[in-house]
Amino acid sequence: MDTRVEKAGPAVSGSKPKLAVRDLNFYYGGFQALKNINLDIPENKVTAFIGPSGCGKSTLLRAFNRMFELYPEQRAEGQILLDGTDILSSKDDVSLIRAKIGMVFQKPTPFPMSIYDNVAFGVKLFESLPRVEMDERVEWALKKAALWTEVKDKLGQSGAGLSGGQQQRLCIARGIAIKPEVLLLDEPCSALDPISTGKIEELIHELKNDYTVVIVTHNMQQAARSSDFTAYMYLGDLIEFGRTQDVFMRPTKKDTEDYITGRFG
Amino acid sequence: MSARPIAPHLDVAATAARIRRAGQRRRVNVIALSLSPAAMAFGLFWLIWILVETIRLGLGGLTLSLFTEMTPPPQAETGGLANAIFGSLTMVALATLVGTPIGILAGVYLAEYGQKTRLGAVTRFINDILLAAPSIVIGLFIYTVVVARLKSFSAIAGILALALIVIPIVIRTTENMLTLIPNALREAAYALGTPKWRVIMTITLKAALAGVITGVLLALARIAGETAPLLFTALSNQFWSSDLSRPMASLPVTIFKFAMSPYENWQKLAWVGVFLITLGVLLLNILARTLVRNRI
Repeated sequence: MDTRVEKAGPAVSGSKPKLAVRDLNFYYGGFQALKNINLDIPENKVTAFIGPSGCGKSTLLRAFNRMFELYPEQRAEGQILLDGTDILSSKDDVSLIRAKIGMVFQKPTPFPMSIYDNVAFGVKLFESLPRVEMDERVEWALKKAALWTEVKDKLGQSGAGLSGGQQQRLCIARGIAIKPEVLLLDEPCSALDPISTGKIEELIHELKNDYTVVIVTHNMQQAARSSDFTAYMYLGDLIEFGRTQDVFMRPTKKDTEDYITGRFG
Repeated sequence: MSARPIAPHLDVAATAARIRRAGQRRRVNVIALSLSPAAMAFGLFWLIWILVETIRLGLGGLTLSLFTEMTPPPQAETGGLANAIFGSLTMVALATLVGTPIGILAGVYLAEYGQKTRLGAVTRFINDILLAAPSIVIGLFIYTVVVARLKSFSAIAGILALALIVIPIVIRTTENMLTLIPNALREAAYALGTPKWRVIMTITLKAALAGVITGVLLALARIAGETAPLLFTALSNQFWSSDLSRPMASLPVTIFKFAMSPYENWQKLAWVGVFLITLGVLLLNILARTLVRNRI
């Protein structure tokens, strides 16, 4: 398996891959949404997936934490290696995989509970911390998500009472509180105003010191600003993958160039 | 690109058509706006009449002895509804206690597990039938399977009949409330590595809690006034009885019996009973509405 990884890996990064996708095909019933994807996602870097709607970037992201398994008509074939271990064929409880690979969704999804409990919720699933340590963990996560100063006096209030941008940062705090290794962000800013977007982009920049971040975005500037690597996808194919500056400045494929410059569709 | 005018509304004919349509819309609007308050007034008229009549005839009999004395014989000087009130409270409470967990569990199954399965579809269909079944049918059913077999009317039979009315209501509201919860919320919980049972218990059911409780309260309000299912099951009782294996008095059946009698003291008590039930149901409805508004 190792030799295959070496060979097939589009080794553009230099640093070691955290996630490696091998010959991944994905189906929604009879429709093939991903075609033979091979991709190395480098550790402690931000990787952006871009491409027009329906190109499969969210599908690919949702394969990384096996979220698609909630829907019986969806299936994936191939391998997704997390530190060299295939997570698709893994016999481990899927909960353990999802604990390592966190995800933040397009729309903020605060749970129907207090801000504190929102962050503590995931932690309680895997660790039984004494109250003091839990308090510390919640504070740590909220600080990481740049939300602490705004909510520290109202931790007992409902998470639903926050603004959209705050809710999204709460969801990020909730995601990092369980200390995952990878953080998947599925268009995390699409429902947010520019100021909240700016805060989350700063946050993404911070997060890559500790996490491997994968972000799906429709916003070219966001991909250019906040990512180290960019993958351009179209109709289920991975068209181009490389360092963000290369993909944006010197794309090797005409499709990529057309899309980035807005001449597409 | 094409030769079509960029701003078609500048076209004279189109403008005229627009004005015509706007006038039409305004007329339809006026009609709708006058019809809907009329419909509301029609509904309110009867409701208020019922309430006024209930208060007028029932409020006068609201004394302490109502809660301390048993249902009297005809033409007695004193008497209350203590046994009927106790019977109603007991049977309604126990029926809700029996019906609610079954209803919620079945509703959770339908919304979270059996959404697209055949068993789910069949269950949903049967539940719809049960929901629409006249309560007298349920009363007769329990009469056949419980009362006739045990050869005795009993409070237990009454509780079972009322529970059979509670269950489909709770199933339906629980399922509806859970399906209203966006899938994104479930996915967010799964994404943290939450097992399914925990997602349901701590996220979806919690998010739907106000609605689910409202369903239970509405079911409670519904059975509080049901007469038909109790007539053949719990029957009634002249005396105080807390024995569930024996006939038990209840407000609706007592009202039914007393209101049809020629005795004035019975008729008066029937109105007080009506007043009590109306008040109770009103309070339950208000409680249900506040729960939904505050979303707990």
